Amino acid sequence: MWAIISVLVENKPGVLFKVTNLFRSRNFNIDSISVGVTENPEYSRMTITTIGDEKQVTQIIKQLDKMIDTVEVMRLDEKMSVYRELVLMKIKVSKPSDSMEIMNLANAFGCKVHDVRRTSIIIEITATPDRINSLEDLVKGYGILEIARTGICALPRGGLDES
Amino acid sequence: MEKMSGARALMVALEKEGVELVFGLPGGANLPIYDELYKSNIRHILARHEQSAAHMADGFGRVSRRPGVCFATSGPGATNLVTGIATAQADSAPMIAVTGQVPLKMIGKDAFQESDIIGISNPIVKYAFQPTSPTEIPEVVKKAFYISSTGRPGPVLIDIPKDVQQNEAEMKFPDDIKIKGYHPWVDPDVTAIERAIDMLLSAERPMILAGGGVIISGAFAELQSIAELLMIPVVTTFKGKGSFPENHPLSLGPIGMHGHAEANKMMVEADCVLAAGSRFSDRSVGTFEEFEKRLKIIHMDVDPAEIGKNQTTSVAVVGDVKTSLRIMVKMLIQKTIKRGDYPWLKRVNETKEYYRENLKLHNHPLGAAKVLRKLREVLPHQSIVTTEVGQHQMWASLFFDVIQPGTFFSSTGLGTMGWGFPAAIGAKAAKPGVPVLDIAGEGSFNMTENSLAVSVLENLPVIVFVMNNFSLGMVAQWQRTFYDRRMIGIDLKNCPDYVKIAEAYGAQGIRAESLDDIGNAVKTALKSDVATVIDIPIDPEEDVLPFVAPGTPLKDMILPS
Repeated sequence: MWAIISVLVENKPGVLFKVTNLFRSRNFNIDSISVGVTENPEYSRMTITTIGDEKQVTQIIKQLDKMIDTVEVMRLDEKMSVYRELVLMKIKVSKPSDSMEIMNLANAFGCKVHDVRRTSIIIEITATPDRINSLEDLVKGYGILEIARTGICALPRGGLDES
Repeated sequence: MEKMSGARALMVALEKEGVELVFGLPGGANLPIYDELYKSNIRHILARHEQSAAHMADGFGRVSRRPGVCFATSGPGATNLVTGIATAQADSAPMIAVTGQVPLKMIGKDAFQESDIIGISNPIVKYAFQPTSPTEIPEVVKKAFYISSTGRPGPVLIDIPKDVQQNEAEMKFPDDIKIKGYHPWVDPDVTAIERAIDMLLSAERPMILAGGGVIISGAFAELQSIAELLMIPVVTTFKGKGSFPENHPLSLGPIGMHGHAEANKMMVEADCVLAAGSRFSDRSVGTFEEFEKRLKIIHMDVDPAEIGKNQTTSVAVVGDVKTSLRIMVKMLIQKTIKRGDYPWLKRVNETKEYYRENLKLHNHPLGAAKVLRKLREVLPHQSIVTTEVGQHQMWASLFFDVIQPGTFFSSTGLGTMGWGFPAAIGAKAAKPGVPVLDIAGEGSFNMTENSLAVSVLENLPVIVFVMNNFSLGMVAQWQRTFYDRRMIGIDLKNCPDYVKIAEAYGAQGIRAESLDDIGNAVKTALKSDVATVIDIPIDPEEDVLPFVAPGTPLKDMILPS
């Protein structure tokens, strides 16, 4: 089972280490992690995706909650939240027509195109993991030279008034 | 606001927390702290190894139920504390460890005696601080004591770079602190407690499993009231040993790998269990799956992460165990619920009687049961008893009855050999008026025996009761049982001579070769002004039985034949 966990933490050195070390020492698995400061500079938000059964995920959340540096731990429901990942793909251009084809695909997926060269092209996609995987499948034939991914970041849908 | 150094601020903050003594060792990176210790009213107890300093603070903390404090220098001083800190963490003991660190500018330069103790200690502390400015120290100390002593207690590390100790600043000592992500006080769910009562009343074969949480929260009276009002037999975990008087008619003693036969047997037959302050360790329950199979589990614990970690529960009550049990007692009294006699009690009593009469004991003049029952006979009930780790520890679990709740302490989680003796010294420092005795094996005593110097010089006379089988007995037992008697690495060859060791430190050494000798030796030791080591040669071939082999369920308990 895939789970998205949103963790609000104190924005100070060492917290990322403690969170990842918790996963290691409890034998849990981090699928992806993204971290950034929030609207309040005292806090950072970590979005962690993990794979495990219900019992494991519950236990991960409880252990995260127990950490003194975590302020709030939430499990996000996929349907009730917005979650995205940003991916940069450097794709091989072997013949002139490749460029055009890759750019067309990129357009169809709402990607941005960067660094167009004679031998390679970098495209940027921000989407759900499913959509990113479909694009990756489609461009594989040209040859993917390098990939960099940010990991998922996510927020629950709706505002305070609805909760 | 007053201008002072970071080291001075540390001392003032410790005094504000009521600290009267610290255990420690000085070194290059904590000299400014020691210089302020010199000027303060706090007593310093000089340990001979940092690990022992930590164990002393741990023993002090468990007995006084407020954090014991230990000091160590940077680098090896700090890393030597690690086993002590991990022991405290595994047994939820309150402790503050203060380490010196190389100056801020030197951190990360692989300086002399630099170690990344914050990184090293991460998985074994409840929290760790590294103040980078002297002004942070008052608040850090306040937070450290708050975190260490509330909720599920545990060790907190404060790592202070040398220049942060030395530099002066205007200090403000907070009266109150708030930690956004830390909420140790949870009000127990009253409706869950009501459901728990219903469940226990409708159960045919209910059981109470009392864990270390009962001892940590001091919920002895509440536990006893519930057991007596509902007429429920009480088993304990090993860490919970002595949370309930072991001479009480409803007491069955500890369950687990080396639990009492009657306790394991009845635990297996029970249909509902109230687990109070227990984390269901593998050593207590055998196999997780088999344990929960037939059981309705009511789980009370202060740590929400323990609920459902090892066992699936029917009712969970999160909160301080003493508070939860007190609410339960009140409800029982309000509703005038009192259970009378019922068939389960008869079955339990018969089983208990059967095993007490028929369990075969080791046939040797100094068999463990005889030795420990003799000790119980002569040792006053209010005495504090610690143990080391190994066969003697499990024999203590089986044959040494704790009558007065909260007087028995052991390294049960981490299983640290060498813990019992320094912890006994810490316990003695916490309660100087009470006899303190360490039930030891010679293999464990070897590991921290240099604390004899501390016991003698600091006037903290404790008794070390060495059950000497000239070998690492528990390992020997496993080699006899599981490795076809291929004995390796266990023979200690009667070296050293413990009577002479004691005398070399200015302590009293007595060899006791009969039960009468043991009785007399303990009586002499109780009157002594210095530490006493009683060396008791026992049979190296005696196994600890009953035994539940690791990874097997309690029902497969091996009995002595």
